[in-house]
Amino acid sequence: MTDSTPPGLVDTREGFLELDERSRLEFLLEFANDLPPLPAHYAEHEDELERVEECQSPVFIIVDVVDDVVTVHATAPLEAPTTRGFASILVHGLTGLTSQQVLACPDDFPLTLGLTKIVSPLRLRGLSGMLWRIKRQVTEKSNAA
Amino acid sequence: MTIPTDNNPKFQAYAHPEAIVSTEWLAANLGTPGLVVVESDEDVLLYEVGHIVGAVKIDWHTDLNDPVVRDYIDGRAFQSLMNRHGISRDDTIVIYGDNKNWWATYALWVFTLFGHPDVRLVDGGREKWIAEGRELTTDVATPAPKDYPLVVRNDENIRAFRDDVVAHLGKPLIDVRSPEEYTGERTHMPNYPQEGALRGGHIPGAASVPWARAVAEDGTYKSRAELEALYLGEAGLEKGDDVIAYCRIGERSSHSWFALKYLLGFETVRNYDGSWTEWGSLVRAPIATGAEPGHV
Repeated sequence: MTDSTPPGLVDTREGFLELDERSRLEFLLEFANDLPPLPAHYAEHEDELERVEECQSPVFIIVDVVDDVVTVHATAPLEAPTTRGFASILVHGLTGLTSQQVLACPDDFPLTLGLTKIVSPLRLRGLSGMLWRIKRQVTEKSNAA
Repeated sequence: MTIPTDNNPKFQAYAHPEAIVSTEWLAANLGTPGLVVVESDEDVLLYEVGHIVGAVKIDWHTDLNDPVVRDYIDGRAFQSLMNRHGISRDDTIVIYGDNKNWWATYALWVFTLFGHPDVRLVDGGREKWIAEGRELTTDVATPAPKDYPLVVRNDENIRAFRDDVVAHLGKPLIDVRSPEEYTGERTHMPNYPQEGALRGGHIPGAASVPWARAVAEDGTYKSRAELEALYLGEAGLEKGDDVIAYCRIGERSSHSWFALKYLLGFETVRNYDGSWTEWGSLVRAPIATGAEPGHV
């Protein structure tokens, strides 16, 4: 079976898996520090963003699909670095792809990053929740287009 | 105790002032030989963002829970954890954390299962330390390994299992979850849907005292008089009661357990860590719904 994981996320996964466990946390923190700020038009209208209920910390996402190109935006508090890291992985790994490529991303991607033991399965559900909410928004928005 | 306690006047009114320290006390005592600072957070990366100088990180999921069975680590794993973090049996451990010390009190409760003789909580935790502009570092502490003894975990005094709760029905129970979880409108806490249960409501007879009512805005515990008004007045506990506290998985109730045990001095307070995720999914377990405690 061919892996339909988008290339950016494959790179991310390989980045995690080649590190020892402590360094994986540091790599996740780099993602957390690299979560782009919301564009101004969303920052002023945070109510338009969708809350990811699966995450323990308040994280909000919104997806744009323009000419079948997906852009993912997300925001989460500085005191919730794990959540920010998860959001950042998906923002960087899915933005710029076609809706088809995003929808093809396997739902178990979060469990393949080598984080289950050091982050815990419970916390990884937040990442899974973000992924499926992004995919649902992509489906809705590409159907509407 | 080798390290003096905090003589802050607010703490002197508590039943066990030796169990709690202020951020001021901690700042003044940092670096004292025999003092180990432990950070325990909800967010597994928060320690990496910055922590109190010299503090070690102990995570509730990855360090304190058994990786397979729903239980805490055993004596061997605790020994190894302590040795890795350079903690001796005669060290004074002070614990702080995020989210008003939820996870810090949970860690403190687990340390108490292993009978560590001197464990104290930093009143107000991480948020207060930061709000006061105190120093943080990203340097990871690398303490020299120690020789912690093998201690058998003792669940008897402060931990309740579901059969204990069944036997306890009719005696005081404190439900520390949100009002919506207590009445049964929700089967999980807002924002925590992954820790749900199949049925909503509370254990019959349990009084509702949401955990956060025990703390002030800045995350510090309320005064003894305020806590008495809450637990003895409103919730109807009486001095000498045998009490079981529960929440969803036992962390919020650790926070209330700490208040009942060390601040108000109830001798017999147990934390039911199976809590609602167990009781609310248990076949034929009695459940009461609505705002009233209900009858057994």
